[in-house]
Amino acid sequence: MNEMFRDKIDISLTVNGEPVEGRVPAGQHLVDFLRGALGLTGAHASCEHGVCGACTIKVNGEAVRGCLMLAAQADGADIWTVEGLSDQGTIKDLQDAFVARNALQCGFCTPGMLVAIDELLGKEGVPSRAEIREHLSGNYCRCTGYEAIVDAVETVARARAQKGAA
Amino acid sequence: MSIQFGNPDRPNSYIGKTVPRPNARRLVQGRGVYVDDIVLPRMAHVVFVRSPFAHAKINRIDAEEAMSVKGVLRVFTGKDIAEVCTPWVAVLAHLKGLKSPPEHAIAVDRACWVGEPVAAVVATSRAAAEDGAALIDVDYEQLDPVADMMSALDPQTPVLHPDMGDNLAFERQHEQGDVEEAFRTAHKVVSARFVTGRHTGVTLEPRSILVDWNPAEEQMTAWHATQAPHMIQTVLAKHLDLPESRVRVICEDVGGSYGIKVHVYPDEVATAAIAKIMKRPMKFIADRLESFSSDIHARDHEIEAKIAVGEDGKILAMDVDDWTAIGAYSVYPRTSAIEGNQVVNLCGGPYDFANYRAKTTVVFQNKTPTCQYRAVGHPIAVAITEGLVDMAAAELGMDPVEIRRRNMFKDDAYPVTSPANMRFEGLSHHASLDKLLELMDYEALRSEQAELRKKGIHRGIGIASFIELTNPSPFMYGIGGARISAQDGCTVRMDPDGSVVALSGVTEQGQGTEAMLSQVVAEGLGVSPARVRIITGDTQVTPYGGGTWASRGAGIGGEAALQAARALRDSILEVAAAMLQADQTKLDIRDGAIVDAASGEARMPLEELGRIVYFRGDTLPKGLPRELVQTRHYITSDYPFAFTNGVQASYLEVDTQTGIVRLLKHWCVEDCGRVINPLLVDEQIRGGIVQGLGGALFEEIHYDADGQLLNGSMADYLVPMAAEMPDMIIGHVETPTQESLLGAKGAGEAGTAGSPAAVMNAINDALRPMGAQVTEMPFTPERILRALGSLKD
Repeated sequence: MNEMFRDKIDISLTVNGEPVEGRVPAGQHLVDFLRGALGLTGAHASCEHGVCGACTIKVNGEAVRGCLMLAAQADGADIWTVEGLSDQGTIKDLQDAFVARNALQCGFCTPGMLVAIDELLGKEGVPSRAEIREHLSGNYCRCTGYEAIVDAVETVARARAQKGAA
Repeated sequence: MSIQFGNPDRPNSYIGKTVPRPNARRLVQGRGVYVDDIVLPRMAHVVFVRSPFAHAKINRIDAEEAMSVKGVLRVFTGKDIAEVCTPWVAVLAHLKGLKSPPEHAIAVDRACWVGEPVAAVVATSRAAAEDGAALIDVDYEQLDPVADMMSALDPQTPVLHPDMGDNLAFERQHEQGDVEEAFRTAHKVVSARFVTGRHTGVTLEPRSILVDWNPAEEQMTAWHATQAPHMIQTVLAKHLDLPESRVRVICEDVGGSYGIKVHVYPDEVATAAIAKIMKRPMKFIADRLESFSSDIHARDHEIEAKIAVGEDGKILAMDVDDWTAIGAYSVYPRTSAIEGNQVVNLCGGPYDFANYRAKTTVVFQNKTPTCQYRAVGHPIAVAITEGLVDMAAAELGMDPVEIRRRNMFKDDAYPVTSPANMRFEGLSHHASLDKLLELMDYEALRSEQAELRKKGIHRGIGIASFIELTNPSPFMYGIGGARISAQDGCTVRMDPDGSVVALSGVTEQGQGTEAMLSQVVAEGLGVSPARVRIITGDTQVTPYGGGTWASRGAGIGGEAALQAARALRDSILEVAAAMLQADQTKLDIRDGAIVDAASGEARMPLEELGRIVYFRGDTLPKGLPRELVQTRHYITSDYPFAFTNGVQASYLEVDTQTGIVRLLKHWCVEDCGRVINPLLVDEQIRGGIVQGLGGALFEEIHYDADGQLLNGSMADYLVPMAAEMPDMIIGHVETPTQESLLGAKGAGEAGTAGSPAAVMNAINDALRPMGAQVTEMPFTPERILRALGSLKD
């Protein structure tokens, strides 16, 4: 890393609804800033090159890889991590379905998985199993074999659709 | 009093039911605590400089420029570490002839694989340590590498470790019956060459360790992502010259293990040594490239095998010649000879036949060391066996189901000893196969396959029966001299308010150990699982135990928990009998209260008993035992291993134009004895199946002819993704082991053991009308097109 990447940059952003200010090295990844400076350890660093999805967080409403974005790029952004989404209660039905269906084992991929699913469930209609599988193919899980996760997502998608229709 | 498992209406009937995992809610909220989440005051970070060459002499290490990086505190070479940390030799006495040279935590004068640590850089931040590591100047002198397996023993091949004399690490041949004669006189002989690709585990949480050394207390504390905290405690104590009582290993949440995190890794031991030298907390978290180059690899085997059958389809003999290359060192302390040894032990496993010969040849080479990974040796042995059985059936014009029915040990044949000298207490091959065929509607599937074939759609059905080794006794490691506990323990105590804490030596890696223990203790004691708090993964507080490996958690850790809970129940009832002036044998504990056993009438809540024992002990008779805490240990002793069995089926479609395999559906029926938590067992099976499917279709570590690692990222090493995986139907037959009250055997590896063979047989079932066959995993589009003859160059 050369000196340019060591330069410090001031950023100001919103994380989980709270204002945050930071002075970050130019080369620091967003997930490292969230985990290290803010202690938000729910998002995990795993492959560190955008393949596995364990670091997935919500940036300005979209699911984003925390390892492919620099903290400096998050200046002015609105960021949500699994901690904030949990406190807010917006994915409680999904979390409950994960627990009931045992859609997690070691839990390392789960926070990123939940953010990715939250994005899918925010779209119109009830996704098919194939669509769920396709959407989740950027989030690796080495424990479950995926079926329980697909089941949990399907259950929540149907329940939400029913609730919306009622 | 035994538990009436057959009666679903019995009191406290939690064993056999799906109860929630106590730790799952925490994990879905991102409140897990993995090693990298832990930050300690004065903590520094260590990053390793690793050999870029497969084999090189280390002439000189220049750290001057690295030391100039702001934040870099110190640089360590192998020699520096060797001053406080002794090297290890990974051999086991019962694996006769196994040899391996001493291995240092950091290479001292020679690097033997791409990824071997050659120096360590410590800095106040991970980024600074990485910057420093990039500036370490190592003067390497490249040496001839040993990169090919099959020529490793040839006279012209250089000897990797001259002190060892040759490149042979281990060999074993087992022979039963008259194999030569059986092959000479057989109706048909079918032979094939099988290859299983070199895999690694790809745990999403990389290997991680944080070690603190407090010189004032002479106390080492290691937060470690491991499956075996007590084994690590013993190893750190031994090689850093500390008493075991002064080493505490804490294992909080672990982000996936699958066998990867049950070994001793040089970089992790070096981190502990550095913490001791620098007297401050030291963190090492592997990055993904390091994971690919330094996590253990597995399954790198080449096998020539043949089967002899009679006209009636009876298996007359099997002959297996297995070769595997284990890398540069046997891995400490479990050794790298176990996988080949398992192939010898497990081939032909489900079948009742007389003549068996198997040989494994285990060689050194300049690659990442291999060792035990989920279902050690099983996927290889099952692929060989089931591949040959299917080929023999095809040769005889017999249905693959029929040939298995004619050869599997009868369900009433037990106890029985296999041709490989494995002792089976009780298995259910026929009942499992019957159930599988029913679940998949085999006949209908065959009709569908035939119909589609007329339209040029090539689908295949593959079946694979298997046995799985679980609940190991000291025959696995202990008898060979390894300080690895086959015994496990559990302490159960009741607190004053009647709540219960259970401390166990088995560990949680996400498989649901804590849920399993909570329901076993709940049933054994007579409280609800929600009232039981489970503590695992801390050598300072839990009873000594083996941890998680060889599918032993439920069968061994669960039995210890059950016995401890039953003992505490007796202690509680003794006190209750004194308090109530009742006959102890006429009392019971149900749903957290002392009741009259016959009528179920409530006599006293546990809270009241707790209050009297802890705060008004003066009111109890003098001399009345009042220990509301009990510890029990359990070890298997009647059989060296509790074998389980199962059978899997794969239904898939091969695109003969592109060579791409599409998995349509997968089935598994398995018998792990008593099922404690049906949902958790099913998900272990599913997860295991998919890990096997990865090996069958995608996963392979590639090296070039110089031993250079070619694919060290998740973009280049493919693991299964959601879109490619099928739905899986799981069924069970239950044959509880008679050795324990609980009757549980292991279930964690059954899925991985059988799924690659099921897929191989299904692909070959689809390709057979075209005269094509694949036996080299992974079954990539390229290999399938080559088998079809459409790709030639």
